[in-house]
Amino acid sequence: MRDAANPRIECLLRELAPQALGAVMRQGNDFGASEDAVQEALIAAADQWPCRGIPGKPLGWLIRVAGRRLTDHVRSEMSRRNRETLVGMETPQDMAPAVYDEAESVSDDTLVLLFMCCHPALTSASAIALTLRAVAGLTTGEIARAFLVPESTIGQRISRAKQSIKASGIPFRLPDPEERAQRLNSVLHVLYLVFNEGYTATSGAALHRPDLSNEAIRLMSEVHKLVPNDPEVAGLLALMLLTDARRAARTGPDHELIPLDEQDRTRWNRQSIAEGVALVSAALSKGLAGEYQLQAAIAAVHDEAASAAETDWPQILALYSVLKRMTDNPMVAVSHAIATAMVAGPNAGLELLEPLMADERLQGNHRLDTARAHLLERAGKLVAAETLYRSAALKTTSTPERNYLLLKAAGLRQL
Amino acid sequence: MKYMIMMNSPRDGYAQFMSWPKEILEAHFAFMEAFGQKLRESGELVGAEGLASPTQAKAVRAGKDGKPVTDGVFPESKEFLAGYWIVDVESPARAYEIAGEVLDAPHAATIADGKPFEMVIEVREILASHQDL
Repeated sequence: MRDAANPRIECLLRELAPQALGAVMRQGNDFGASEDAVQEALIAAADQWPCRGIPGKPLGWLIRVAGRRLTDHVRSEMSRRNRETLVGMETPQDMAPAVYDEAESVSDDTLVLLFMCCHPALTSASAIALTLRAVAGLTTGEIARAFLVPESTIGQRISRAKQSIKASGIPFRLPDPEERAQRLNSVLHVLYLVFNEGYTATSGAALHRPDLSNEAIRLMSEVHKLVPNDPEVAGLLALMLLTDARRAARTGPDHELIPLDEQDRTRWNRQSIAEGVALVSAALSKGLAGEYQLQAAIAAVHDEAASAAETDWPQILALYSVLKRMTDNPMVAVSHAIATAMVAGPNAGLELLEPLMADERLQGNHRLDTARAHLLERAGKLVAAETLYRSAALKTTSTPERNYLLLKAAGLRQL
Repeated sequence: MKYMIMMNSPRDGYAQFMSWPKEILEAHFAFMEAFGQKLRESGELVGAEGLASPTQAKAVRAGKDGKPVTDGVFPESKEFLAGYWIVDVESPARAYEIAGEVLDAPHAATIADGKPFEMVIEVREILASHQDL
């Protein structure tokens, strides 16, 4: 089992997974078969390395084993066909063990694979599953546990994704420059979703739940190394670091949610904050800011405040005002209203939230009710706030969030 | 052997749950967290889920005009499923024992009309699928 492997080997394997896959594919093998072969090689490595030691050239080892697995598959496929047709005319094209060319650029493989796995033709669920397996080197079982779904579900998503890639005939190379920007957006979106999944799922039923936020940050750092000059790439990495920095303070001993203004800021990760702030400051200095940079800038303002009371709300409001002009996302409008309330008082915020109640995209979502409940509470309208906290509790699909909202309502009833 | 342990709530149980005092809610959440943790540590927990309020429930039935999706809880039902655990245990007796522990979850004593808050835990054995054989 891969799960039993020691953390150092686990770490190394995840790093080598996309490089091995890239090398196997560059030998002319198709993506689906190569990916299966590399998975098998990773499992073999996790099985053998802990007792026999890490080989001198671990990447070469993985590529050789994967290559052999591919050859085995081709051979057995050939002999099956031969048996069936009794015609032995076809011969495998090249059975010679593949020689791995160190000179070829392997660092770009991670990026090429990300472009493949995060192709806009795939649904985000498929793209996420495929990215975690092919690029992050997780097993199907690990991905299934991370999302708390059966292994067969993830297996199906991965094989559907591979079929779509095969059908679309996407070549294994970097897309043209003009296509690249748009495809990079898909990559960022998929990694953003992986991060959020890890960040919002604060409790899980399974032991050894792989940490999706860490995986997203790790892959995002890789992307940033490969595309260091894209300000949105830096912006998203900064956003992840600045958000993840608060992780330890975000939940209490029973996994209960602790809101930002009540968190123990001494438990925030100062190193992640410093890294995130440096990244987003450098990105913003390059001119026109994108959405990830603005969100990162907002997170940075929160993270740099010594206490909730010292938060620079006028600065946050200014950033949300820019963000609101850039996107039609109603969640941004909700956050903008909250920032307005922090600067100009709860009634000013409530006024901005009023028209959003008719927005169909927010129907059934708890965020608007939660925001109104908080502002009504601040305005001293406790009965209305209590009702809205309960209404939000009925709408949320997250247990920790529901529990938090029910406790807020119960607290108001007892005042 | 696997069992599904179902926690059923009285008809207005969810509405009542939402108006429990803060201390009872806190104790209830902590109990459920610890209960799940204990089952994970003993290796008996296969899965567990809490269900959203039945006011969000929909019914899908075959009708004259296809399969209409209609609102709501079945009006005739006296109780509804609030959540479940799937456990893999040595014996039926162990499954009943786990079910009994759920009853210790802190809860408000009475519901709106003064009747005691009564939880019924249903224990059902899960048939083995071909994958388990």
